[in-house]
Amino acid sequence: MAMLSIENLEVYYGAIHAIKGISFDVEEGEIIALIGANGAGKTTILHTITGLVPAKHGSIKFGGKELTKTPAHKIVSMGMAHVPEGRRVFAQLTVYENLMLGAYTRKDKAEIAESLETVFKRFPRLQERRNQSAGTLSGGEQQMLAMGRALMSKPSIILMDEPSMGLSPLYVSEIFDIIQEINKSGTTVLLVEQNAKKALSIANRAYVLETGKIVLSGDAKELANNDSVKKAYLGE
Amino acid sequence: MTFLNYLINGLSLGSVYAIIALGYTMVYGIAKMLNFAHGDIIMVGAYIIYYSMTSFGIDPILSIVISMVLCTVLGVVIERVAYRPLRNASSSLAVLITAIGVSYLLQNTALLMFSANTKTFSSVVAIDPIKLFDGQLTISGEAIVTIAVCIVIMVGLTLFVNKTKAGQAMQAVSEDKGAAQLMGINVNGTIALTFAIGSALAAVAGALMCSTYPNLTPYTGTMPGIKAFVAAVFGGIGSIPGAMIGGLLIGIIEILGKAYISSQLADAIVFAVLIIVLLVKPTGILGKNIQEKV
Ligand SMILES: Nc1ncnc2c1ncn2[C@@H]1O[C@H](COP(=O)(O)OP(=O)(O)OP(=O)(O)O)[C@@H](O)[C@H]1O
Ligand SMILES: [Mg+2]
Repeated sequence: MAMLSIENLEVYYGAIHAIKGISFDVEEGEIIALIGANGAGKTTILHTITGLVPAKHGSIKFGGKELTKTPAHKIVSMGMAHVPEGRRVFAQLTVYENLMLGAYTRKDKAEIAESLETVFKRFPRLQERRNQSAGTLSGGEQQMLAMGRALMSKPSIILMDEPSMGLSPLYVSEIFDIIQEINKSGTTVLLVEQNAKKALSIANRAYVLETGKIVLSGDAKELANNDSVKKAYLGE
Repeated sequence: MTFLNYLINGLSLGSVYAIIALGYTMVYGIAKMLNFAHGDIIMVGAYIIYYSMTSFGIDPILSIVISMVLCTVLGVVIERVAYRPLRNASSSLAVLITAIGVSYLLQNTALLMFSANTKTFSSVVAIDPIKLFDGQLTISGEAIVTIAVCIVIMVGLTLFVNKTKAGQAMQAVSEDKGAAQLMGINVNGTIALTFAIGSALAAVAGALMCSTYPNLTPYTGTMPGIKAFVAAVFGGIGSIPGAMIGGLLIGIIEILGKAYISSQLADAIVFAVLIIVLLVKPTGILGKNIQEKV
């Protein structure tokens, strides 16, 4: 059984039909890329999975549990973390406080300290800026903080919404390397990206989204060679 | 010496405003709403203490504790019943009008239950006044206790917000409710906790205020509520130290204005100073003004 299984999902914002019957699976250990143009509904899908936006129809099963009926704040402790679009770090709080909020639902102090060490090892820059307020970090550093904060919950799956948005090419490569490392250390990744080329290069499988519908899906390498994908998303 | 006397009275009154303003500012910070019924919780709290002491003969400290507990329940129930259903309403005006409605509801309920007759509140403070400079300067026990309680509350709240998990959750919710939920924070629970704390503080403020100004009516909470709201805006709404500074300044300005300018104009002076401060610094003295990076 798939780790995360979405079936016939429909989402509305008032009268706007944002997601029009979408189904897809994420298997344990995979990197799945979700690509599509602006407004295709990528963020909406992630928000619906983690409960920030209600589903109108359909089901989202995670580890056998139905997420559409689970309150948003109960989802992270089930092993699912979400790095939201635009990072949404807590600007007034320090780097350290942000990271500790990532571990909000965990109890074991020793294990939390261990995770903190792992995060600092992965993002040494965060350690240097430990007591700086998050609002004063650069965009790339905020992205690292948002990722580190998500990792502090020790997730089995992590949803990332445009982690490369607004970053310089050097940072983009660094972020994608880190995503691969996170995946190699055993965390499943559901990745939403504008940077389709990079996303397809690290993903196992991918889904292409157009105005609330999946129009293409399959092996990431094959999709990267698909003519219509090349034309629409890879600028070739 | 008389100036020092006025200053201490101002600090004492300002401490009461500060404690009330903390409730305003915390609720505003987290629920982004002005809880206009906050001042009336003070009145309810004072009546509870009054009846607990006079009708049941319960000692003052226990009466305050009872009042805090009941006000906490009242604050949480008001939030749950009146404000929460409107939290996602498209217009923030709806919740503002509801808050004004709740304020009138509390006043009129008090009017029905306790009548409009002024009750004379007996002080909960049993400390002798301190006389200094050969008796030229007298500091009342009420003033000492009020200022001391205010300091304790301020320090306690600052520690709570910065050092405890629940306090950190509060800050997270006040910044970004969605992101807070992604951390596993129960937003409704956190908002309810904020109302609980604010209402418990209002009960304390009621006890202290009525110990110094003993006339208790169903409208007792109105003016201090408005002044504390001014104090919260003055200090920078949403900021805890701002509420403190704003409260103290408003109290001092009011008492000094009464003493040296005109007792009729004192309130007008308070509001004039507010307007001037807001013209110079629209976010208030310690108002947050951090721009978010996109
Ligand atoms: N809160 C909202 N209220 C109304 N409509 C919304 C809301 N959020 C998103 N939408 C609409 O839903 C559709 C999908 O938006 P969504 O943010 O999911 O797109 P996206 O694929 O993430 O786009 P982008 O690449 O620009 O981030 C869009 O048409 C958008 O206008
Ligand atoms: Mg998006």
